[in-house]
Amino acid sequence: MAKDKAMENELIIEAGRAERHYWRDIWRYRELFYVLSWRDISVRYKQTVIGIVWAVLRPLLTMVVFTVIFGKLAKLPAEGGAPYSIMVYAAMLPWQFFASSLTGSSNSLIGNTNLITKVYFPRLIIPASTIISNLVDFVISFVILVILLFYYRFSPSWQIMWVPVFLFVAFLASFGLGLLLTALNVKYRDFRIIVPFIVQFGLYISPVGFSSNVIPDHYRLLYSLNPMVGVIDGFRWAILGGEAKIYWLGFFVSLLITLCLLAIGIRYFRRVERSFADII
Amino acid sequence: MSNTVIKAEGLGKSYLIGHQQREPYLALREVMTNGIRQWWSRLRNPQYGSHGELEEFWALKEVDFEIKQGDRVGIIGRNGAGKSTLLKILSRITEPTTGRIKIKGRVASLLEVGTGFHPELTGRENIFLNGAILGMSRAEIKKKFDEIVDFAEVEKFLDTPVKRYSSGMYVRLAFAVAAHLEPEILIVDEVLAVGDAQFQKKCLGKMEEVGKQGRTVLFVSHNMATISALCSRSILLANGNIVAEGRSKDVIESYLLSFNEANICLSERKDRSGNGEAKICDVYFADTNGNRVEMLTSGSQYDIVMKYRAQVPLVAPCFKISVYSSAGQLIAHMNNWLCNYMPSLPKGKGEVRCHIDALPFAFGSYRVNASINTDETLDHVDCALVFKVENGDYYGTGRVIDGLKEVCLVKQDWKMDIN
Repeated sequence: MAKDKAMENELIIEAGRAERHYWRDIWRYRELFYVLSWRDISVRYKQTVIGIVWAVLRPLLTMVVFTVIFGKLAKLPAEGGAPYSIMVYAAMLPWQFFASSLTGSSNSLIGNTNLITKVYFPRLIIPASTIISNLVDFVISFVILVILLFYYRFSPSWQIMWVPVFLFVAFLASFGLGLLLTALNVKYRDFRIIVPFIVQFGLYISPVGFSSNVIPDHYRLLYSLNPMVGVIDGFRWAILGGEAKIYWLGFFVSLLITLCLLAIGIRYFRRVERSFADII
Repeated sequence: MSNTVIKAEGLGKSYLIGHQQREPYLALREVMTNGIRQWWSRLRNPQYGSHGELEEFWALKEVDFEIKQGDRVGIIGRNGAGKSTLLKILSRITEPTTGRIKIKGRVASLLEVGTGFHPELTGRENIFLNGAILGMSRAEIKKKFDEIVDFAEVEKFLDTPVKRYSSGMYVRLAFAVAAHLEPEILIVDEVLAVGDAQFQKKCLGKMEEVGKQGRTVLFVSHNMATISALCSRSILLANGNIVAEGRSKDVIESYLLSFNEANICLSERKDRSGNGEAKICDVYFADTNGNRVEMLTSGSQYDIVMKYRAQVPLVAPCFKISVYSSAGQLIAHMNNWLCNYMPSLPKGKGEVRCHIDALPFAFGSYRVNASINTDETLDHVDCALVFKVENGDYYGTGRVIDGLKEVCLVKQDWKMDIN
């Protein structure tokens, strides 16, 4: 029996041959995927004094600052009748997830050099598991949102059921871009410096501190080319309920860009993947 | 035919190496400036090649071999012969440039002990992490967990982060996980050279057991004694080619012979390790007149001379000389620390001499590893010298044991009392 199985597993290694069973291999290595995600999660807050509280503090403090600056000082309008801070927080959720996923995944290959040069497995697992580990922070932040909703006596509608869908889009966006960046990072270490810049820049060009309604109508479609615009609008629509209107055309443009990024990311990653061990 | 588990045909791997020494990765700036420079030079001089500063280096070239089910195969060769590249290709870490390999069965490769160990995680957690990385399923690890812990002798520290482990415990745990892999083909790089002697013995025992279970084992080592004990067949690589293949005993012999034939000036040799702050230029035996000798006689007086060139002043350097038999067994070790003689030396050229009153080696052929160390290794060369010994009058009695080959002789006095 064992022998039959061995015969089935005939493997051919050849120059320039794309792994035919790549996706099957990913499935076969799923345990490694779980284990690496679990490692990232359990290591994340080790040796920090307040540990998991960081996951609470970061979005909360950012929300306070943004509410004061954009809501109180700049007096930008909230969406519908929702409190400004809830509106900001609803956007912070996907943004923090996206930003930390992007940062994490784009450094993930370099951070796991020892694995890459010593064992084989589909390399796609590394950036993917890094992103999964950020889900823990997301869940914690989401609990904070529920508390905030109670505090402001703001009841969301059934649309909140859509949150996982938009979260999935945020996952795809950070995964696609992360794959591209981490592969480039292996070859050109410049991207280590570029990524924090992208994240910082992205925070201001995405509607995190303000509502995308403040963008003039004829620029909205253009604005939606930023994939996070669709995601953030989606989160607001889902959490703030009827108060926020979603610009569906813009959302689909964002979704399309996300899918394009994902396709480009996977393609590029797959193309250079086999040389990682040689150049890292 | 059907029991061939690995078949390689025309295997080759080339790397592009830059002439200036630099990091393997590139900075974008470099790519851009190089691009512009190349574009400019091509404009002026169209026949100029586009890889002006890069050179192709073949780590492996036209390698063919076949390994049958249940074979235990040793892969030997000097540093830089292509052993590690071959293992990396076989374990799918890197891709060959030419040729193909057919592999039947599940491969597990052990190129390093403790790959992926995370210092913050506990021993227990690292067993699961490392197991998964090596390709074991969770269920498999659970089944073998107690066995692994037993083998590593760390049950008391299972819930301590491994960063608090002593290096011995760390290595034991790491090897224990790897030793309980059950692949059809096991690829092992020089990982047994870790841990204390007792543990090494245990590891060797485990490896033998794996071999007896009918698994195929590929094993790289510099230790010829281990290779000849573990492996029935061996492959000798030199400069990316297979130069010998067959019974381990024969292959090991031709490997050791190759050092004699190579005849490369020691200071020119590339297969050395250490940080390079000092370099061993020559090692030889000199007779009482100070002349270089190649054929020695046991019982005679000699100086071992080591010439070096230091880039920095050497603070209390330790010069080490290890003598091995042709089968790779360590016979003797000499260094100036043992004699409590450790003066500091200025930078520049110099030579050190180790005087031997009566050469205590029996008839045979020996090789010498030499190194210079301070806190770290400055230079280390395997097989820096090969020398032959003729039987001489070591005991001063004119007596010699004829069959005795490549062992250390001992000065002795006998007394017999009758009570």
